[in-house]
Amino acid sequence: MYGQGILKGLWVTFRHFVNTYVDDIRYAGRKYLRQENFAIRQGLKAQGAFTVQYPDEKLAVPERFRFTPFLVVNDPDHPEAPGDDWCTSCGICAKVCPPQCIWIVRGSDPTTGRPVPQPEAFFIDIDICMNCGFCAEFCPFDAIKMDHNYELASYDRTSHHIHDKQYLSRPLSYWKTIAPTTALEEAVARGGWEHPDVLKAMKKAGQTAVTPTWDNMFTKPEPAAKPLPPAESADEDPAKAERLRKREEALARKRAAEAGEPAQPAAAAVEASAPAPAAPTADKPKFDKQAMLEKIRQRKADKG
Amino acid sequence: MPTLDLRELHNTEFPVPDEMQGNIAITSLSRIYNWSRRSSMWPLLFGLACCAIEMIATAAARYDLSRFGMEVMRASPRQSDLMIVSGTVTKKMVVPIVRLYNQMPEPKYVLAMGACASGGGPFKEGYNVVSGIDMYLPVDVYVPGCPPTPQALLHGLIALQKKIDGQSLANFDDVPWYGVGPSEPTPIPILGPDIIDPRQMDLIRQQAELAAAGKPYGVRDLPPTIKPEPAAAPKVPAKTAAPAAEPDDPEKAARLAKREAALARKRTAQGEQPTETPAPAAEPAAGDQAAPKKFDKEAMLAKIRERKAQKES
Amino acid sequence: MVDYPIVKTTDIKAAVDALKQKFPDAIQDDTRQGYGGIIVDKNHLVEVATALRDDFGFDYLSSATAVDYLGISDHMEMVYHAYRTAGGPALVFKAQTPRDKPEIPSLINVWPGADFQEREAWDLYGIKFPGHPNLKRILLWDGFDGHPMRKDWQEAYYEEDHKPFESRWPGGWVHRAEERNIYGKNVKYPADFDLSKLSDTSEESHYADLGLGVSVQKLADESHIKTDRLVVNMGPHHPSTHGVFRMIVTLNGETIEKLEPVMGYLHRNHEKIGERNTFLHNMPFTDRLDYLSSMGNNLGYALAVEQLLANGARYQPPTYRAECIRVLMVELTRIVNHLWAIGFLLNDLGAFFTPALYAIAEREKILDFFEATAGSRMMCNYMRFGGVFKDLPERIRGEATRVNDLVRDYDTMEFLTELINERLPRSIDELDQYLTDSEIIKSRTVGVGYLSPEMAIAYSAAGPLLRASGVPYDVRRADPYSIYPELDFDVAVRYNGDIYDRYLIRLDEMRESLRILKQILPRLERTRGEAIFAGNKQHTPRVPLGEAYGRVENPKGELGFYVVSAGDEKGPQNPWRYHVRAPSFISLTALGPMCIGHKVADVVAILGSIDIVLGETDR
Repeated sequence: MYGQGILKGLWVTFRHFVNTYVDDIRYAGRKYLRQENFAIRQGLKAQGAFTVQYPDEKLAVPERFRFTPFLVVNDPDHPEAPGDDWCTSCGICAKVCPPQCIWIVRGSDPTTGRPVPQPEAFFIDIDICMNCGFCAEFCPFDAIKMDHNYELASYDRTSHHIHDKQYLSRPLSYWKTIAPTTALEEAVARGGWEHPDVLKAMKKAGQTAVTPTWDNMFTKPEPAAKPLPPAESADEDPAKAERLRKREEALARKRAAEAGEPAQPAAAAVEASAPAPAAPTADKPKFDKQAMLEKIRQRKADKG
Repeated sequence: MPTLDLRELHNTEFPVPDEMQGNIAITSLSRIYNWSRRSSMWPLLFGLACCAIEMIATAAARYDLSRFGMEVMRASPRQSDLMIVSGTVTKKMVVPIVRLYNQMPEPKYVLAMGACASGGGPFKEGYNVVSGIDMYLPVDVYVPGCPPTPQALLHGLIALQKKIDGQSLANFDDVPWYGVGPSEPTPIPILGPDIIDPRQMDLIRQQAELAAAGKPYGVRDLPPTIKPEPAAAPKVPAKTAAPAAEPDDPEKAARLAKREAALARKRTAQGEQPTETPAPAAEPAAGDQAAPKKFDKEAMLAKIRERKAQKES
Repeated sequence: MVDYPIVKTTDIKAAVDALKQKFPDAIQDDTRQGYGGIIVDKNHLVEVATALRDDFGFDYLSSATAVDYLGISDHMEMVYHAYRTAGGPALVFKAQTPRDKPEIPSLINVWPGADFQEREAWDLYGIKFPGHPNLKRILLWDGFDGHPMRKDWQEAYYEEDHKPFESRWPGGWVHRAEERNIYGKNVKYPADFDLSKLSDTSEESHYADLGLGVSVQKLADESHIKTDRLVVNMGPHHPSTHGVFRMIVTLNGETIEKLEPVMGYLHRNHEKIGERNTFLHNMPFTDRLDYLSSMGNNLGYALAVEQLLANGARYQPPTYRAECIRVLMVELTRIVNHLWAIGFLLNDLGAFFTPALYAIAEREKILDFFEATAGSRMMCNYMRFGGVFKDLPERIRGEATRVNDLVRDYDTMEFLTELINERLPRSIDELDQYLTDSEIIKSRTVGVGYLSPEMAIAYSAAGPLLRASGVPYDVRRADPYSIYPELDFDVAVRYNGDIYDRYLIRLDEMRESLRILKQILPRLERTRGEAIFAGNKQHTPRVPLGEAYGRVENPKGELGFYVVSAGDEKGPQNPWRYHVRAPSFISLTALGPMCIGHKVADVVAILGSIDIVLGETDR
C-alpha cells in the first residue's frame, strides 16, 4: 500500500515523542533536580539523547580531555619550594607543537648569563593552539598538561588570548584533582610526587621518595627543617650555588623523611597493593572512587 | 519644528527636574528590550569548517540551543541577528562573509567560534587563511578552542547574552544603530593578487611606491626578539589602524566620522569592561590569576634592558 | 563487476616488464633511494597510460599529484598511482618536467578522474596540462599571484622552511605574526603591483564559457520561442552544501544543463603547512581534513609514514593490541560518519533535522568514548607511528571533582559492549525502519543521480559512491592493511548507482562495521594489558629517504597520503612532499555529469549522497 512506509516512519517519530513523556512521568519532576537522575539520563542505558541543561548542569569532561595547556607548579603549601615551576624550559613542547603556538624564554642567570633550567617567560597563543596535547604528551618533566577548563569565552582577544606564565601556572594539586588516575600513573612512573629533578637529587642523596598512592595523593608533604642558607659569596659560580641549593634541599628532605620514617613503613606494609617506585608498570591499586571523592571533598572543606 | 536631539534625553547626566526624579523608565525599558533581544537571537545558518559540526551538535538534542531561543537558524542573513563564524576563514571565503554580514539587519552580533575564526588558528601561517575574522568584521565574543566543545560554545553564547544585557538604550555607544543611523556597510574585500581590504588602499599604495623605488616594503621592522637598544626600533601601534576609505560626499563623511567615533568609544568601553573569563572550576589557587595579564611589550623590553645592564655591570 | 580486458598478471613487476617490452624507449625504473615504480617519458605518457588502463587492467587512477624537487634534482614531477579495481597493489608511474616551463600532457582522456587533480597541480604548482579542456585554478582564485606549493614560493607569514621555528625557543618573546606585516593582515603583494590596474577577476573565468547573454543573430534564426539559460549560484553559503561549497548551475527551466563545482573556500593550505611540519606535527592536522572521521585520517597518515619508517633499521611495527584498537576506532568512526551522512542527506531532501537529530543522538555516545580515550570529541589525534596515543582507559568517566561525576562512569569494555551490541544496532535498525520504505524518500531518490559502474571507475569515485554503482572495491579487501585480513566481513555493494542505493549502502556498511566491531571486542579482551607500542614513542622519528603512499578505506572513500621524505638522518625531519588524496575532492569530479538532466532540487540530494566534507575537499 502506498504510504505504508511513511506511516512506519511516522510511527517511529511518534514513539520517540511519546517516550519523552513516559520518561517525564517515570522521573516525575525529579528529572532535572537530582544528580543521580542526571547520571541516569546521560548514562548508557538511557534511550535517546537527553539535554544537558548547560549552565546549570555540566557534563563532566573525562580525564584525558584536552583543551588549552597549563604549566604545573608546586603547590602553594609545598614546604620547601612553594610555587616553583616544574618547567625546565627544555623547549621540547615548543618543538613538538604543530602550529608553533608555544613561546618560551629560557631563564638565564642574572650574573653570568648562563641558562638556568627555569623559564623566564612562557606564552601560549590560544588563538593558534590546536588542543592536540602533544606538549603534554612529550614533556619529559610532566610540567605541561592539558587543562579541562573550556569556559574561556572572552570579549577581547588581543588582551586575553595570549596566556602568559602567570596565567598558565597551576599547582600540581589542580592536576591531581582534574586527572587523578593519570596524575597517579605519572607519579608512579616518576617515582614520587615531586619534580623529576628533585627526585633525582634525592636519589643521589641516597633518599627514597614516598611511593605515590591514592592515600598520599593529597597529604601535605612534611615541612622540612629549614635549609641552611647557601654560603653567600659574590665570586661564586651560580651553577655551583644552584647545585648546592639542590643538595641542601635534598638533605633537608632526607632529614624530614627520617623524622617521619617510623610511621611510614607500617602504613606501607598494610597497603600491600601499593606499587613499588622502581616498577612503574606494576599493577596500580584499584581505583577506589568513593574514597577518592571523599578525600577530595575533605580537602576542599579544609581549604574552604 | 525645533529639532530635538534625542540623545540628550537619553544622557544619564541629563539634569532631571526634581518632580521627575522618579523617572527611571528608560532603564527598565532597556532591560525588557535586552531580554527580548537576547532571548531570540537567531543565528545565521552558516558553517565554515570543523567548528560547524560542533555548532550543529550544539543545536542538536543533547545541548539544545533552543533553550536560549537560538534554535531558529536562518539561512538568510536578512532574518538573522547573530553570525557564528564557525571555522577557518579563508581569503576566498571572507568576501562572501563580509557580504553576508552587510546583509544582516542591525542589531547584529558576531561570535568568533574557535581558534581559526578568532585568530587564524593552527592554519594561521597558511597563504589563504585570514588571521581572524576581526580583521574584517567587529567581533563581539571570541570562543577559544579547536574546536570548542558544545558546552564551550554555549558558554560563549551566554557571554554574548550577558553583553547584550549590559547594553543600554540610553547609551548610544552601546547601541550605535539607534544613535547614528544604520551603519555603513563594511567594504567588501577584493581578490587581487592577494586579498585587498579597501580600507587599506592608501597603505597599499604607499607600499607599492616603496616597492617601485626598490625599498623594502610590506614587512614591518619589529625589534628582534632580544635587542640591546629597543629605543632605536620604530614605535609601532599594536594593530594597524585601517585608514578609512575617502568618502566623496561631505555629509557621508560626517556620518562616517560620527560612526567611527561611536565605534571607537564602544571599543574602549569594551576594553574596560570586566571580562567574563572565569576562574577554572574547582581550582583553588589560580582564581586570582583568572584574567591573563596583558602582554606588555614596554615592560618586557625594560626588563631585558635591565637584565642586560646587570650583565654588563 | 565490470568486464575489462584484464591481463592476467597479478604482480606489479610482471606488468612493468610487459610494459617495458611494449614501450622500450619510454620507460625506465625509478632508481632513487626509497622510490619505486617507473618513470615515463612525458611525450609517451598518454600512450603508456592508455595501455595501462586497457591492456593491463589498471582501470582506477587513485591519485595524481605534483612534486617540486627544487634543490634536489630541480625538476617537477607528476606522480600517478593506478590500481586495478580487481584488487592488488598500485602501479606508480611518474612523469618529469623542467621547472621553468613545466608541461605534462593531460590524462583526462584516459582517466577523467584526473580532471580536478590536474587542475590542482596547475593551481598550486603551475604545471600546464596540454589537452585539458578546462585548465583553470581550482582552489585559489583567478588572479592569485604565483603557485603557492612551489618550494620557492613564500607566504606573507613565512618564518622558516622547517618547524620548529628558531624564534620559539630559547628566546621566545611572543609576537603575533600580523605585527610583523605592515598591513596587519596575512597578505603580500608582488613588487610590481599596480593598484590602479586592479580588477577583481576571480569570478570572470567561471562565467566565461557559459555563453551568457542573448545572441540576437541566433534569436532571429530560431523560429520558435527561445528561452534563456539561467545561471544559478548555489553556495558557498548555502545550507545544503555541507560547508562552503559552491556550484554554478546552468538551468534550462528547472533542468540542469551544466554544473560546475567551485571549491577552495576552505582551502587552508594543509599541504603547504604539512611540508613545513615535522612528520608528527601533521598528525593533528590530519584530524582537520575530514573532520567527521578524524580517526580514519590518522590511520591513513600513520600507515604512510610507517611505510617509510619500515625502510629504516629501528622501526618496529605496531603491536597486535594497537592494531585492534586502531580498527576499533576506525570502524566506530565509519559509523559516526555514515550516521551523519544519512542524517544530513535527509536534511537535504527536506526532512529537516529529525533524522539528523536521531543520528546525532547515537553519535554523541561514540564521541563520549573518543573523548574519554583520545581526549577530544572530534579532533582525536590518536594514532602514532608504531602505535596509538594511549591504551583504552580503564573506565569511561568524567572528572572526579565535578558534582556530575556519576555520569558516564563505566568500565570501558562494558561501555563498548553495550554500545556495539545494543545501542548502535538499535539505532541503525531504527534508521532503516523509518527511512528505507518511506515513499517520499523513494520518490526523491530512486533513479536520481545515476552513476554507471564504468563512469564511477573512470571518474575515480571512491567509497560508497563507487560501491553503490556495483563496483565491489574496498581498500580493506583490495589492498588490505592492519588486521583486516583476519576479520570476517563482506564488502557492501549495491548495483543501481542512484541516491537510494548510496543511502542503502551506508546502512549496509554500518552493519558490516558492527560485524567487525563484534569481532574486535574479544580481541581487545584477550590482549588487555599488552603493550601498545613495540618500540619507543618518539616525537621526531628519523624517517629514511623515500616515498610512500598510505591509503585506507575511509568512510568517504579511499583516503591516500603520498609522503616523500627527502631529509637525511640528521637534517630537519620534515616531509618533502605531503599530499592528501582526498576522496571527497575526487568524487566531486562525477558530480557534474551525475546532475545533468535532473531538476535543480535534485542537486542538493545528489551532493548529499556523495557525502563530501569541505575540510578534505579543499584541504
